[in-house]
Amino acid sequence: MKPFAYARPGSVAEAVRDVTAEPNAVFLAGGTNLVDHLKLGVARPELVVDVRTLTSREVSDLPDGGIRVGASVTNSELAADRRVRERYPVLAQALLSGATGQLRNVATTGGNPLQRTRCVYFQDVTTACNKREPGSGCSAVGGYTRYHAVLGVPAALPDATAPETCTATHPSDMAVALAALDAQVQVLGPAGARTVPFVDLHRLPGDDPSRDTVLEHGELITAIDLPPLPAGVRSAYRKVRDRASYAFALVSVAAVVAVEDGQVADVRIALGGVAHKPWRATRAEQALSGRPATVDSYRAAVAAELAGAQPQPGIDGGNGFKIPLLTRALVATLRDLTPEA
Amino acid sequence: MSNSSTSGVGSVGAQPVPARPSTMDAEISLRVDGEVRRLTVDTRTTLLDLLRERLGNTSPKKGCDHGQCGACTVLLDGERALTCLALAVAYDGAEITTADGLAPEGELHPVQQAFLDRDAFQCGYCTPGQICSAVGVLDEVGRGWPSHVTEDLTADVSVDTALTHDEVAERMSGNLCRCAAYVNIVPAVQQAGGVQA
Amino acid sequence: MTDLLEPRAIGRDLVRRDGVAKVRGTATYAYETPVDRPAYAFPVQATVARGRVTAMDTTAAEALDGVLVVLTPFTAERLASTEDREYAVLQSDEVAFRGQLVGVVVAETSELARQAADSVVVTYDERPHDTELSVDRDDLYRPDALGDGAESDTSEGDVAAAMAAAEVTLEHTYSTAMYHNNPLEPHATTALWDGGQLVLWDSTQGVHPDRAAVCEVFGLAEDQVRVVCPYVGGGFGAKGEPHANVMLATMAARAVPGRPVKLALTRQQMFTLAGYRTPTIQQVQLAADHRGRLQAIAIDVVEQTSRVKEFAEQTGVPTRMMYASPNRRTTHRLAALDVPVNSWMRAPGECPGMFGPEVALDELAETLGIDPIQLRIRNEPEVDPETGKPWSSRHLVECLREGAQRFGWADRPPPRHRDGDWLVGTGVASSVYPTQRMAQSTAIVRYEDGRYVAEIGAADLGTGTWTTLPQIAADALGVPVEDVEVRIGDTRYPIASVAGGSSGMNTWGSAVVEAARTFREKFGRDPADGDEAENSVDQAAQDEDHAPYAFGAQFAEVRVHADTGELRVPRLLGVFAAGRIINPRTARSQFVGGMTMGLSMALHENSVWDDRIGQVANHDLAEYHITVNADVGDVQAHWLDEHDPYVNAMGTKGIGEIGIVGTAAAVVNAVHRATGVRVRHLPVTLDKLLADLP
Repeated sequence: MKPFAYARPGSVAEAVRDVTAEPNAVFLAGGTNLVDHLKLGVARPELVVDVRTLTSREVSDLPDGGIRVGASVTNSELAADRRVRERYPVLAQALLSGATGQLRNVATTGGNPLQRTRCVYFQDVTTACNKREPGSGCSAVGGYTRYHAVLGVPAALPDATAPETCTATHPSDMAVALAALDAQVQVLGPAGARTVPFVDLHRLPGDDPSRDTVLEHGELITAIDLPPLPAGVRSAYRKVRDRASYAFALVSVAAVVAVEDGQVADVRIALGGVAHKPWRATRAEQALSGRPATVDSYRAAVAAELAGAQPQPGIDGGNGFKIPLLTRALVATLRDLTPEA
Repeated sequence: MSNSSTSGVGSVGAQPVPARPSTMDAEISLRVDGEVRRLTVDTRTTLLDLLRERLGNTSPKKGCDHGQCGACTVLLDGERALTCLALAVAYDGAEITTADGLAPEGELHPVQQAFLDRDAFQCGYCTPGQICSAVGVLDEVGRGWPSHVTEDLTADVSVDTALTHDEVAERMSGNLCRCAAYVNIVPAVQQAGGVQA
Repeated sequence: MTDLLEPRAIGRDLVRRDGVAKVRGTATYAYETPVDRPAYAFPVQATVARGRVTAMDTTAAEALDGVLVVLTPFTAERLASTEDREYAVLQSDEVAFRGQLVGVVVAETSELARQAADSVVVTYDERPHDTELSVDRDDLYRPDALGDGAESDTSEGDVAAAMAAAEVTLEHTYSTAMYHNNPLEPHATTALWDGGQLVLWDSTQGVHPDRAAVCEVFGLAEDQVRVVCPYVGGGFGAKGEPHANVMLATMAARAVPGRPVKLALTRQQMFTLAGYRTPTIQQVQLAADHRGRLQAIAIDVVEQTSRVKEFAEQTGVPTRMMYASPNRRTTHRLAALDVPVNSWMRAPGECPGMFGPEVALDELAETLGIDPIQLRIRNEPEVDPETGKPWSSRHLVECLREGAQRFGWADRPPPRHRDGDWLVGTGVASSVYPTQRMAQSTAIVRYEDGRYVAEIGAADLGTGTWTTLPQIAADALGVPVEDVEVRIGDTRYPIASVAGGSSGMNTWGSAVVEAARTFREKFGRDPADGDEAENSVDQAAQDEDHAPYAFGAQFAEVRVHADTGELRVPRLLGVFAAGRIINPRTARSQFVGGMTMGLSMALHENSVWDDRIGQVANHDLAEYHITVNADVGDVQAHWLDEHDPYVNAMGTKGIGEIGIVGTAAAVVNAVHRATGVRVRHLPVTLDKLLADLP
């Protein structure tokens, strides 16, 4: 680990100013991913600015009936919050399926969505990785792709040497639920405050896989807002993983559904473990909207969403299994949420 | 509303640290197993390395150093947390309890006694972390926190509902045990929680 | 025949003597040894899988304030012996595998040592590497001997003819993955070189073998070296022989005389430097008559070794003795690759070698419509098929029957039984492990301050030695166990063999019994303070006329989620016939621990080899999955009350390994029953089941 300076300013505004002033500065919140990366050499900052005790650690009610979650609210606290458990079970379930009790006690609302991919090559500085070292290539092409993307990747087999290639997935469970809930991200930056829809926070690799989100240098998440859900809506998070606990998702599904008179009246679906960002399944949503709430509809909707899915070949058979697995997990989640179907 | 710098922090208190002049060392103060310790640390030093290499408290163990095994678990300001992923400088003023600080010398905490009674360990390396984690689990259950396997998230969580085998196993899954004492760890936690396993 | 000790302390359920220290965390492991002014070492590793180091720029490292020394292949001391190429650290510019040690930094703090090591710039002349194991390679070779010293190939009768003539035949390829032992305590050493004397506080399964290896490599006399290791944070074979890290720590300490040097491998480094189990490819053939009596059994094993040091896992060995068959063949072929050094892992040979054949038997039972327990019983051999010797004791059939009764085998659900969202199946497999006693171990018994003290340089890896050896000593001396203190884990105590091959208690216990007998012969029942006797394992008295093995039967219930293929194992049940049990509490933990590690092997463990770069891709505990608490349901271990008069004075057979043998096969067999899918390549993961789910 390379030496770095540490600062704990007196306010959020000062923290933003400090990070903005130093091109190689980073924010530190719970640290569960940053400290990991400092040790691995994945992160090599000059300055670490600690905001854990600066941003809010409160969950408050919003006038529209939604809630505002301060960036320093821990994953444990948020999952235990009565409002979340009763109104946003998809979020409580997602949080509780992530990591472990020890990590959830430290990981924060602002930090969790900004955790970086767990791609084994990204985390190993002795291998090529466009995300970690732009232009160095992508070791995951033809490598260990079990935890890699099948959505939002090129139709053709990616070129391992191309600077834009990246098939990594975003590892957060919480972020998948937030994407389905149409959460809004409150951001403070050098140019002031702004609100970013959660579904737009994360990016696809595009031509710069090194950038995970749309946040500019110096921008800090201060809170995440959850809009109210219409009455009658049910929600759930289904995570499928290799271990019964303490494992990242192979695939995951966050679904928010309302059924009226046997028809799907409202549906929002986000998928995890399958793309560079929490994947909002808009095609499936469109295919379902107003359709009968039946398993056949669900199958058709999943098929529409996965029509463009691209399995990544690799060691131990690659990740083509994710397509049938995701199909099964999503259909089952919707089915279980709509017992009247 | 913003969280003040003293929230959730022990009695020693932490002051803002300015960004300039940039320094790679920092002076901090911690209360470890009841004793206040003041020292200068490299900003890179984790709580785990500080405890083990600077303070000679080797009760928390280094199993992976990356938050993947749980062996370094302590109670940090009362909650179970991993010391390998915590920069010491960021926890100025914190209160830390290791397994060695759970009970006075010559006595055992009920969780420690339950681990002994149930033979809930073999090599002993993951054990202090398991025990701190178990103390944290019982506290979390007491606070009504649900888990991934809690059937009804809207129902109240209590000792009766949250110390079943599946609940304890899930809640303790952040602590790997390669000797695989899991089948004894679950009843040990249940015993310490007052539930007859 | 041996006169078995009359068990008074033996068989008692006693709490671990080291328990309080372990639940408080005050038991000190190697890295934790309190020493004055410690320095910290961090290795530099090769980032190519094959080639030569052409240059190492250590300028930046050496310029850092607080760096004490940087060693490279160009500056390191020359070792007295480089015969063992795993131990020949920094002796040549050749890189034989990715992750090989090419340097070390010693500094005032651990942060600084790691920073300095990261700043060393290594230049390579990289050559193409060859790291892919396959049965199709044209350079597979037959090793001179297997890891346990046995011959590579055996043949009896004519397997091919039997296969051609039999009513039913089966021929399939099975494989086990690469596994890393991953004890929770990383390999670690505190080393002090001072005044021509070396002290190593090392995490090892045997202080004496550890010392012998270091003496050989550095050309030191044994009285110059002391190795201390009271507690080991798990080994599972990975600390059975020292690995290169011990030599590196010693070399680093010798470079800074008078300063104790601490070196612990990172978890990631343990995937290249701490040994592992080779992947195995097992081609299994069975021939049987319609009643299930085997006419032929054959296993042809292909596995790997590093080019640096040969290790031939004895995977085919259990097939030589497990079941009766007139025709039999076992072979082993190795590929020597540019890979890290593989070595022992819990039940080397038996663990992988009881996977393919035990699944094959289940397949044969299904083909024949015979219950898999019955099939095994029908092939029970009267004597050891390999040697023709009678068994010292063999109670496999009793284990199968008792296990079946306890597990409720007769009421097993039908194939593809569905219970709500879950498909449910049960499976069975046999376990076996040879009973071994090492030739050399010595104990001292002394009467001291009104108590009896036994000293022997043995080890406790969590196996319970601190607690169980006093039980043996107490019965050998005829005194209450409370009056006996045992001291282990230090070369200041007499020589003891490695804690490996389930031989520890058999060997050290035998030495303690001999020493106790000698003590009583010399000093009677009323010794004076300071009276002391020493004696050793009596190798001449070792029974050679019987085949000694422990046996067992394992049962598994598997549930497979009908939607997603997620696997759960709510029940594992094992019944073992493993001789006399010294302490049921610690023994149960060992059996259950082995079975759970077997479950881990069945469902999770898989070091994913990336041939393109020549390393394990998933080299940490986030990606290399071992079971977590939530994976484990009801795991029960039972044992028969077995009295074997041939093995040793305690009647023990060793229990450290047998728990892991057969578990994975039982799980795979249960998965087949639940889903109809026969998984022949471990681990059983959900992707292998998806296509056949409802």
